[in-house]
Amino acid sequence: MTGKIKQIKTVPADPRGVLTGSHYLDGDHAAAEGCIAAGSRFFAGYPITPATEIAERVSARFPRIGGIFVQMEDELASMNAILGASWGGAKAMTCTSGPGFSLMMENFGLGIMLETPCVLANVQRGGPSTGLPTLVAQSDMMQARWGSHGDYEVIALVPDSPQECFDLTITAFNYSELYRMPILIMMDECVGHMTERVIIPEADKIRIVPRRYTTESPSTYLPYKADDDLIPPMPPVGEGYRFHVTGLTHDEKGYPVMNAATQKKLVSRLINKVKDHAEEIIITDEKYMDDAEIVLLSYGITGRVAIPAIEKAREEGLKVGSMRLKTVWPFPEKRIREMSKHIKGFVFPELNMGQVVLEAERCACGNCKVVRVPHAGGWVHDPEVIYDAIKEAAK
Amino acid sequence: MSEEAPPKIMRRKPVTDHPMSDLLRIDRFPHVWCPTCGLGTVVNCLGTSILKTPEVDPNHIAVVSGIGCAGRGAGYLRFDSFHTTHGRALPFATGLSLSRPDMKVIVFSGDGDIVSIGGNHLIHAARRNMDMVVICVNNFIYAMTGGQTAPTTPTHARSSTSPFGNSDPPFNLPYLAASCGATYVARWTALHVRRLQKSISEVLKKKGFSFIEVISPCPTLYARLNNLGTGLDLMRFYHDNSEINNDADLKSLDINFKGKIICGKFVDLDSPTYRDRYDEENEHILGDKFIPYDLPDFPHISSNSDKEKIEK
Repeated sequence: MTGKIKQIKTVPADPRGVLTGSHYLDGDHAAAEGCIAAGSRFFAGYPITPATEIAERVSARFPRIGGIFVQMEDELASMNAILGASWGGAKAMTCTSGPGFSLMMENFGLGIMLETPCVLANVQRGGPSTGLPTLVAQSDMMQARWGSHGDYEVIALVPDSPQECFDLTITAFNYSELYRMPILIMMDECVGHMTERVIIPEADKIRIVPRRYTTESPSTYLPYKADDDLIPPMPPVGEGYRFHVTGLTHDEKGYPVMNAATQKKLVSRLINKVKDHAEEIIITDEKYMDDAEIVLLSYGITGRVAIPAIEKAREEGLKVGSMRLKTVWPFPEKRIREMSKHIKGFVFPELNMGQVVLEAERCACGNCKVVRVPHAGGWVHDPEVIYDAIKEAAK
Repeated sequence: MSEEAPPKIMRRKPVTDHPMSDLLRIDRFPHVWCPTCGLGTVVNCLGTSILKTPEVDPNHIAVVSGIGCAGRGAGYLRFDSFHTTHGRALPFATGLSLSRPDMKVIVFSGDGDIVSIGGNHLIHAARRNMDMVVICVNNFIYAMTGGQTAPTTPTHARSSTSPFGNSDPPFNLPYLAASCGATYVARWTALHVRRLQKSISEVLKKKGFSFIEVISPCPTLYARLNNLGTGLDLMRFYHDNSEINNDADLKSLDINFKGKIICGKFVDLDSPTYRDRYDEENEHILGDKFIPYDLPDFPHISSNSDKEKIEK
């Protein structure tokens, strides 16, 4: 186990970008406002339903707040442009949906390897391939986890409402600077296109994590020499560090060293910097958990669809608790394993044919039931189906 | 025998350092490139041009490479340097250049990287007139992976994936770059070191999308598969078969197998960059409400450590 993240002082958000007040926004626009409030002033995007509105809003807002927007030629380019901009020192974001997410995966991996802070929002739609461009799904959850080649850990946040799209986008930017890596916001078409009240707080109430730059001098600085928390501070570009970074397996100096020992050291650190801080990264929204014998696991829109089913079951005396994951990756492995020893079962509805539930099954180790509630996407679950699954878990 | 004192020997200051050592990652040498490969020459030309262009501070140069033999360039050049994924040096450089207009961003990569897998990025970066220098080293083949056909391989030339001769026509790179909007376009061979240096010095001082193609010998694969001799023989070939014509019709710059190589500076014009146009367009509509992008916050170290001898 490594040391906790160094206490980093946060700074208030730049008031120029914060539209303090109560708004009526859809999730995409709320995510765009979150991006701006978090201090992002660089956005590269490519149109794709149902994520386009994020890019549209940013492109309209940026010229008034000193940001620069670029519509790239494809999603490969968008992902690379935000990596380049982030190295330049900008807080950078892009957004996409299924097909574009696939195209971004290679360079998402480059972001992981170069340890580049940036944010990628995927407003999920039905797949595979072109699938259901205008209809909801949560079927990219495993792609989010494993979509780029090689071994690594990811951080993926999942909002269930426009308000959370705003809040979690800021969290994503803060995580990206804290853990020095690209962060995923796994929205879905429903949340992205749902319009609700969004409260944007005053700028000084929004806490922003600034980039952790090295304090070493250029002569002693090593780009990949991690602190105790496994996270290496970054060098500023153009300040004489003359550093080198590469997508090849590299040593602390950033130079390619291609052998098993260096690979083990590097890949272990990339994985452990997330695993060892999982407790700090994982955020959940829990209800009725004190007496729960059945725990309904969910994330995103499905968490809201499940509410009537939970209420109905509780009215009938079934002790159902709800644990909605705002952080799906890293998965709350320890919590689920511990819980599985004391409860009857988990119920896990998702808008896919069974993805994150596999993790729940793995962590439950057969200690309790894990009831899948799959859905191919295109629409949300009928709460009755979730209710039936709760009944089954209670048997 | 005269009593004259022996003539004074003028002693030059002893050379303790390679003149380029500040710009190269000497600690990474020996490099991976084959003997008589042209890449070392191109790197040398880039370094020399930078030394001869005092207007550009080496601390404000960033080098971005993709994948391949030329893609290793970023690893040997001692600037802020980025070795990215295959074909993606240009969009990475786009983000870097836009976020840091104070940096001179140089893309150093090969023909397969920039023109094949990265071809879409090339035409769009040129169209937008992104502020960057592209040095595209063209060795007519995918060398790092063992000599496969590239979009620059001349028709009839052999490669490991066209063992009986390439049936495809190659790209005419200067024509491609110029037609997409590049504001500086030149082609030289690795033999034209002084002209190449002059071109690089020019583009270092220029704003906008500059594209320099450098024809470079690949002795190990292109020459061997096509019985063209050694790297030195290819240099001799360039000597005998290249022609400088700055006014050449861009359409006539195709390179045929064992054919003439027309070199020169074909395009050099001033045109607003992406950033210029973005600012102008938005300011036109928004007026006072337009706020231009400013440099992000970052610690300034070099101002305090200019005198510091950076460890080599």
